[in-house]
Amino acid sequence: MLDDRNGDAFVAFEHVQKSYDGQTLVVKDLNLAIGKGEFLTMLGPSGSGKTTCLMMLAGFETATHGDIRLDGRPINQVPPHKRGIGMVFQNYALFPHMTVGENLSFPLEVRGMTKAEREGRIKRALDMVQMGSFANRRPAQLSGGQQQRIALARALVFDPELVLMDEPLGALDKQLREHMQFEIKQLHEDLGITVVYVTHDQGEALTMSDRIAVFNDGRIQQLAPPAQLYEAPENSFVAGFIGENNALAGVIEDLQGDKALVRLDGGGLIDATAVNIREKGQRTTVSIRPERVEFKPEMMSPDAHTIEARVLDVVYMGDILRARLSVAGSDNFVIKMRNTIGQTRLQPGQHIRIGWHPQDARALDPV
Amino acid sequence: MANAALDPHAAIATTASGAPDRLTTADGRPLVRALARSQSKARRRAFLLVAPLLAFILITFVVPIGQMLQRSFHNDGFSANMPQISAWFAETPAGTVPDDAAWTALAADLTASAEARSIGVVGTRINYDLAGSRSLFTSTGRKVRRGIEPPYRDALLEMDEDWGDPQLWSAMRGASSAVTGNFYLAAVDRTRDEAGKIVQVEENRRIYVTLFWRTFWLSGLITALTFVLGFPIAHLLATLPMRKSNLLMILVLLPFWTSLLVRTTSWMVLLQQQGVINDILVWLGIIGDGQRLQMIYNQTGTIIAMTHILLPFMILPLYSVMRTINPSYVRAARSLGATSWTAFRRIYFPQTLPGLGAGAMLVFILAVGYYITPALVGGSSGQLISNMIAMHMTDTLNWSMAAALAALLLGAVLALYWLYDRLVGVDNLKLG
Repeated sequence: MLDDRNGDAFVAFEHVQKSYDGQTLVVKDLNLAIGKGEFLTMLGPSGSGKTTCLMMLAGFETATHGDIRLDGRPINQVPPHKRGIGMVFQNYALFPHMTVGENLSFPLEVRGMTKAEREGRIKRALDMVQMGSFANRRPAQLSGGQQQRIALARALVFDPELVLMDEPLGALDKQLREHMQFEIKQLHEDLGITVVYVTHDQGEALTMSDRIAVFNDGRIQQLAPPAQLYEAPENSFVAGFIGENNALAGVIEDLQGDKALVRLDGGGLIDATAVNIREKGQRTTVSIRPERVEFKPEMMSPDAHTIEARVLDVVYMGDILRARLSVAGSDNFVIKMRNTIGQTRLQPGQHIRIGWHPQDARALDPV
Repeated sequence: MANAALDPHAAIATTASGAPDRLTTADGRPLVRALARSQSKARRRAFLLVAPLLAFILITFVVPIGQMLQRSFHNDGFSANMPQISAWFAETPAGTVPDDAAWTALAADLTASAEARSIGVVGTRINYDLAGSRSLFTSTGRKVRRGIEPPYRDALLEMDEDWGDPQLWSAMRGASSAVTGNFYLAAVDRTRDEAGKIVQVEENRRIYVTLFWRTFWLSGLITALTFVLGFPIAHLLATLPMRKSNLLMILVLLPFWTSLLVRTTSWMVLLQQQGVINDILVWLGIIGDGQRLQMIYNQTGTIIAMTHILLPFMILPLYSVMRTINPSYVRAARSLGATSWTAFRRIYFPQTLPGLGAGAMLVFILAVGYYITPALVGGSSGQLISNMIAMHMTDTLNWSMAAALAALLLGAVLALYWLYDRLVGVDNLKLG
């Protein structure tokens, strides 16, 4: 991890704060180091400060406090056009009065390249996104997916080492979005560029990123690779924001090392792994992923506690079956079962006992 | 029928033979006719909806303007009242020295016209072309009513020797046909000499061409000024937060809602030699009391007042176009390496062109036809062609001349519009 080695980082935010009105901070003490060639995603709900961070990096907003470094040099005072950062905008921002070729030519012209050099690069960039024959079209004549590709080609045509993407796939339909996710990832790997990607779509973040920074309330809540973020969320916000999650409120009954025993508010005693709790008697929210909950005795670890549950309803979703349970007074406890041939079909009203491996239940801060 | 209705292909069944297959409906009628019939009711109702407006425009706009424009090439003030001499003019080529037949016809016409009391109309018509000739006709009219004896040439010359003036005969020849291009010639400072050749009028009577040029030049200048002043304001309006831009918008629109006369008069108060601005300049010691600037009742006054009055017409279309330009375009340009000036010049400005085109067209066309403001603050050097049209309408009552000038102005504006369409494309206009 690069967290503690800001000196070598390609992009570094150091104690960055941003306020628009002098009353509230939109970004509160941001520290982030992005390595060269990394695909880092800033994920968070709207208003969490992720886009502001991107805009500060691009140079369209100035940090109220703190330093932003690019390849070692501070860029706070560098105007956007001298930063050499490629950017893909949410609405693509293709210049409507220029053809595709002219759009791609623009960054090369302002860099004073010769016509021959420009043509070679434009052709290469268009071929890269499989749009070679579209140089003479206008943006308005292209579909959303095609515009997206051109925007990508334009951000890459002048060989930037860092490319910023501000929710670039937000306007595409689901199928196209998934396809483009794959293509962007492929380009990232082929070109070895550093990508900072902003999205509020967690699925997109999980499939594409090397690391994800989850933003909320102007702070990075957790910075981790996708698998770690999903399986080992460090606080309740991350647990709730990434993927589906069951949250059970309770009090720490016993704490030994990272093994915690939690007395649930709705009754019942469960095992959990202590994450960000320190002492007995503290309130906590236990987070368990729906697919990690077991109801077959043979699948549970023998020394773990189990808890009574009543099946409320079962939804058939094709690849999985999704059951809603009433557990310890909460009616929103969800479990997921793979739709295999021998799978037990739960019936509404049925009483079962559920349990889990203690490392899958994470005792986090109370909500 | 039932089968045909169920068959999904029936609707697009084509006739079995015949080279250009015509699509027919399920029951065999041509598709085109069926479509027209099915839409005819909606079309009729749509027409009824616009019919009142259509009638209104026809009655109050098309017909009067058509009638007015007709006067520019049709004036029968002379030909209808002087039929015999008109016939003689029609038979002889231009420049023919009037013979006995001509003098006889003239005397007969003058007598008849004087009896019918239409001699004034005749005189007025000739007066358009030859100043001072109205009195010649009326005075001769009074004399011939007392009696006239042949030889008519000598008799008429004795009544007034001006009857021998070749220019008068040339003017009468020009007026002898109801349909004439003479008003258009006059509108471009041209006339016909005795031989019927088109020549320029005397130096001191050439006013219209100069006025046309001045009108177009001043309109162009005012358009340019409204652009220079309006562009930054429109940009500010489009980029400020809604609450502030609404306030600013009211400031832009306020003069728009104020009476034209009030605005023009307030410019008089501000700009006149004993006015506010001169007083302030004198008080500040920038100019001496004897050097007060002449800022009104001349071209400067016309330019200042008209620029102010026409400014909203430039700002509003620019604003409406600028508001739709996403700020991410300029950001994209900046991130691609363009300086703010390059981003403005190559990305932002080209996208404002539809609004600029619309604003410039509006301001220019309005300025070309502006009348009240130059009349009030223009003095003599700030008069435009429309003031001349107004003068012919109200003072000289030479409506044919007014119509010819107006037709030329209209033609010039249409030509410019055509040129604009060719160069920029009218589809690119955006008024809002």
